[in-house]
Amino acid sequence: MDNKEKIDAIIAKYKGKPGATIPLLQEVQEVEGYLKRETMSYVSGGSGIKIADIYGVATFYSMFRLKPQGRHIIRVCKGTACHVSGAQTIFHAVQGYLNLTDDQDTTEDAKYTLVEVACLGCCSLAPVMMVDEDTHGKLTPDSVGKILDRYK
Amino acid sequence: MEIKVGLASCGLAAGAGEIYDAIQKYLSEKDIDVALKKTACIGMCFAEPIFEVTTDDGKNITYGRVTPEDVPQIIDSCLKNEPLLEKAILSPDFDCPENENLRSQNRIVLRNAGHIDPENIDEYLENDGYKALEKVIKTMNQEEVIKVIKDSGLRGRGGAGFSTGLKWQFAFQNASDKKYVICNADEGDPGAFMDKGILEGDPHSVIEGMLICAFAIGADEGYVYCRAEYPLAVRHLKKAIADATERGIIGKNIMGTDFSFDLHIKQGAGAFVCGEETALIASIEGKRGMPNLRPPFPAKSGLWAKPTNNNNVETYANIAWIILNGVEEFRKFGLDTCPGTKAFALTGKIRNSGLIEVPMGTPLRKVIYGVGGGMRFDKPFKAVQLGGPSGGCIPEHLLDTPVEYESIMKTGAIFGSGGMVVMDTDTCMVDIARFFLNFTQNESCGKCTFCRVGTKRMLEILNRIVIGEGKMEDLDTLEKLAHQIIDTSLCGLGKSAPNPVLTTIKYFRDEYIAHIVDKRCPAGVCTALLKYTIDAAKCIGCTACARKCPVDAINGIVKQVHVIDQDKCIKCGACYEACRFDAVIKV
Repeated sequence: MDNKEKIDAIIAKYKGKPGATIPLLQEVQEVEGYLKRETMSYVSGGSGIKIADIYGVATFYSMFRLKPQGRHIIRVCKGTACHVSGAQTIFHAVQGYLNLTDDQDTTEDAKYTLVEVACLGCCSLAPVMMVDEDTHGKLTPDSVGKILDRYK
Repeated sequence: MEIKVGLASCGLAAGAGEIYDAIQKYLSEKDIDVALKKTACIGMCFAEPIFEVTTDDGKNITYGRVTPEDVPQIIDSCLKNEPLLEKAILSPDFDCPENENLRSQNRIVLRNAGHIDPENIDEYLENDGYKALEKVIKTMNQEEVIKVIKDSGLRGRGGAGFSTGLKWQFAFQNASDKKYVICNADEGDPGAFMDKGILEGDPHSVIEGMLICAFAIGADEGYVYCRAEYPLAVRHLKKAIADATERGIIGKNIMGTDFSFDLHIKQGAGAFVCGEETALIASIEGKRGMPNLRPPFPAKSGLWAKPTNNNNVETYANIAWIILNGVEEFRKFGLDTCPGTKAFALTGKIRNSGLIEVPMGTPLRKVIYGVGGGMRFDKPFKAVQLGGPSGGCIPEHLLDTPVEYESIMKTGAIFGSGGMVVMDTDTCMVDIARFFLNFTQNESCGKCTFCRVGTKRMLEILNRIVIGEGKMEDLDTLEKLAHQIIDTSLCGLGKSAPNPVLTTIKYFRDEYIAHIVDKRCPAGVCTALLKYTIDAAKCIGCTACARKCPVDAINGIVKQVHVIDQDKCIKCGACYEACRFDAVIKV
């Protein structure tokens, strides 16, 4: 396993603590980018949390990813205000810009992952997307490309 | 002179970071001695980026929609005590366009947001911060605190509207060696950002409210359950907790008394249902966030089966104000049955979109056309959506409904947590119903069959209607399923998921019929029912549309009428936007 030391440290930090499953998996995901099957088994063995509980939590919450993700995460807001301001067009524009098909969420060069998000709470700037931790508002289909180019 | 830049997440998204840098650069280049400070959101998101100047002669001006190029001129003019007013939006000293906007609001929970630096505990302390806590733990007993909150008539701002004081009393009365206080900051409704505004702008007010609650019910540990989609709110909250701990406001023997309290942050992991209190508790316990049957209520058996009080961000943000100003002052705002104020996230096709706070009972019309400044475009008002995916669409003829729990409930919508999305005639009500149902369908935890399967069947029907394959009997099926889901779901998600469909069928039945019978979308939104054509009389052959078309569906040569190939057209609307001669028609 690639990140054994880091993951062991995370397990040690949370082992035996009540309610640890979610923050533990969040930290593991931060290290590995997503939750690998073998990592989940390893975490289960190390922490004593049943693998069924780990998998149950990992599949319940949308922030946990079971597939590899790109270096930059693009979250296109699909909240109400964005929806009525053309979020769908923005989503298609990003998809087009990254050459992603409907069943793909990560570019082949593993640079970007595109996901939808329920609401980023910047409704006054709709339509909005978040790239990593930066929020960009008042998007147009033409402006998304220029913004994405800034993330190498 | 002092300058404050609004650096909340919407300000940052609008470019406030660049404004801050430009000001800093100009000040250092010219060696100007001015205090440059950070603050959060004053709520006027429509005018971001925003900064506020206090001149040496004590005048105060807020500038909006500024660009880095505006910075030198504005600063120079303010240094001369002759502030430029061209981009001024707010000022107590000058006549500015948004003065009335702020004057028509009453700010309790947003009292500090956009005025103080949320990352600086001293600024909170200077504004009466933690004085209410000191008063409570040094001069009052638990029953007295609960009585004040009960008498104030404060009702839960998360949407259900239950008496906060009563809730505290239940948790107080259930004796236990351990109790918890939880703050629900899992603001999941799309179109709602009141709690984000409070957490980013004034995190200490929430912490103070939680501390007072903990003292009142006898708890010594608490959690803020915050949405992971709000990284800035989490950062400000973390800083606030660390600073308060360092000052002895959180921790052992607070302010030298016997009262101790520890506070943790739990970040959500993306599940809307976790806004429901039993699901939220399950999530803090590290489980899948699925709701449980109540009773027992959390006040009796909550987090780790201990008595737990759970309120939302806005509710806690009211507490310190009530303690300091008294029940009578609080009851001056709002209605007898529902005192105080309410923060709303006003968005959609409204001119002044942003975060506002008005007295309970203010008529919707006053919110939209007063504080909200009316419609943003020249299209007429169609509906206002309240309560997010659990709420409904309220039409024009009900705009005199006061914003208050029971009156809104009567319309078929719910009061909700404060999201208010204004829609004009360009919004399709069937599409909106489908949008919300798609959301709740995705977010249903799957525990109750009708919520899990029933919403799916309803969504399938709506998906058929928007592509023109609906049948009239679908409307009856939708209504029947809706009532079954409401009757048989355990938690609020299922019980309210059909509301958007029911209210749109109730108030906009014509629109459903247009989709089903006439195969037409009156708002021109449902793409399957749309067709773009070019008006030969208006087309001058400028080729703008053809150049914009992503699928090369537009044929024609320069200076000749263009034609859209309907087989190739994906109905993206790019040509419609591109044409400067109104020659592209949407039918």
